[in-house]
Amino acid sequence: MTVLRDALIVFRYQLRLLLRGPVWIVIGLVQPLLYLALFGPLLEPLSKTPGFPPGNAWQVFVPGLLIQLGIFGSMFVGFGLIAEIRAGVVERMRVTPASRFALLLGRVLRDVLVLMVQATLLTLVSMGFGLRVTVGGALVTLVIVALLGVALSSLSYAAGMKLKSEDALAPLLNMISVPVLLLSGILLPMTLAPRWLYNLSRINPFSHVVDGARAAFRDDLNLPSLGAGLIAAFLLAAFGLWLATRTFQRETM
Amino acid sequence: MSTPTAPEWMIEARGLARTFKTRTGPVEAVRGVDFQVAAGEIVGFLGPNGAGKTTTQRMLATLLTPTAGEARVAGADLRTAPAEVRRRIGYVAQGGMTNWDASVNEELSTQAQLYGISKTDALARAKRLCGELDLADLGERLVKTLSGGQKRRLDIALGLVHAPRLVFLDEPSTGLDPHSRANLWAHIRGLRDREGAAVFLTTHYLDEADALCDRILIIDHGRIVAEGSPDALKRRIAGDVVTLQLPGSRSEESTVQSETSEPVPDAELERARTLLTGQPGVREVVLIPGGVRVTVERGDAQALGLMRALDAAGIAVSSISVARPSLDDVFLTVTGRSLRDAGGGAS
Repeated sequence: MTVLRDALIVFRYQLRLLLRGPVWIVIGLVQPLLYLALFGPLLEPLSKTPGFPPGNAWQVFVPGLLIQLGIFGSMFVGFGLIAEIRAGVVERMRVTPASRFALLLGRVLRDVLVLMVQATLLTLVSMGFGLRVTVGGALVTLVIVALLGVALSSLSYAAGMKLKSEDALAPLLNMISVPVLLLSGILLPMTLAPRWLYNLSRINPFSHVVDGARAAFRDDLNLPSLGAGLIAAFLLAAFGLWLATRTFQRETM
Repeated sequence: MSTPTAPEWMIEARGLARTFKTRTGPVEAVRGVDFQVAAGEIVGFLGPNGAGKTTTQRMLATLLTPTAGEARVAGADLRTAPAEVRRRIGYVAQGGMTNWDASVNEELSTQAQLYGISKTDALARAKRLCGELDLADLGERLVKTLSGGQKRRLDIALGLVHAPRLVFLDEPSTGLDPHSRANLWAHIRGLRDREGAAVFLTTHYLDEADALCDRILIIDHGRIVAEGSPDALKRRIAGDVVTLQLPGSRSEESTVQSETSEPVPDAELERARTLLTGQPGVREVVLIPGGVRVTVERGDAQALGLMRALDAAGIAVSSISVARPSLDDVFLTVTGRSLRDAGGGAS
């Protein structure tokens, strides 16, 4: 399969570049760890509140953190692409016979690998704080986070390819990320919300993804919310890849 | 193998055009260009910034879809077989193509692999190209530690990893010091002489076009306005200029120092003009202070004949000089503007 071969070439190239400056992988991980240490403890008394979802505070909070890592760890990759466009690296690869989809996929795969390493570390550290989770539940959540990573990386690359300017990409990401974060129940579960806010959050596909991850952490593998979460994550990933592939195929420069 | 009667075209462009939509309305960057580039030929696109050079190259390199026209590039159709075109050409962009944090070998072997070359072969090619382009022993160095000239040669090596038969070079020597430029020119000639590759380059440097190209296409406002070898262009458009000074004429110093030196009688100059205008191969005779300026087809061959003609008529000549026109003169003749002026104004 030449597409896969080309994607792996791009993947290896991008991974080597990243490992040359691994400080960004660490910075990406420090933020969720700070949330874990400085915000997580606030949730323990809250877990007795009526409306708090089943499971202990950490089983509710850590899946949210993992989803947050998946979203915020991936949505800024477009900045790296803009730097590469400016350096002429993207054009140099576009002039080869490699498929445009492979040029995208190689980059996305690199991002997902980094995300998986970060998510695994975050889960392990959380266990030190008192999280209890089964291996199966953690693995299913990792799959959900990986799908989110595919979606957000792709969308960020599409936006970077289209805008080609950091000054245009930054406000766009800010504009999108804040409502997505607030309406997803990542930090505090939406079951605590008033009716109208809860209903509003249902429009946000990310809220279903968060619910799905929480169900997985409770080991409720048969719950409809887990299915809904997986489907939502899968659809987001498919949409992101489709849109980004289209952007990469169009002559945009 | 190509034969003289049926040349093997590396580029055949017909009516190639590109219009960009902008906020202020459509901009016709390229307005229908027709030209051919043969195998093993170095052809230069000469024109000011904004003339449409890069746009044409990017269309031919599959990076930009033409709004009109068609082209065969390295034997493949640009519209129906862009992937095949990509396989056969090398393209070196104007602004560089390398990642600051990557090593020379990483860049070269990654690029080669994207052309379908195996990893082992890719590394071997990287090593060979580094040797050919004076980058030997720099394989493990990071791009950010390279000098400007080394970086540019790496760009060119990246365009050559798959041994293409046609190479596009966009402003290859911009930003290089004179030594690196001369060195780069030698490498570009080597592509033609050693590999038999056709090279299609853009430049807004007259000396570069003059020194490097077998043939030049002058482009202005999106149209090709002249075409030919550097020598032919200079001859056809401007001709050589022979300047003949008559004795008693005021030299430049004497004009400043004393107004009393003997001027050449106007009648004498008139006589010289009438005489020279009738000579074979003379295009134009213009009177200048103390002499005549004669435009001829071949200055080196005809200067002596002009002098003899004057001598036979009893008109003495004190000095004679022959000047070949520069490509700037050519550009001026064709477009009515100097290339230097044009370069500043267009965007």
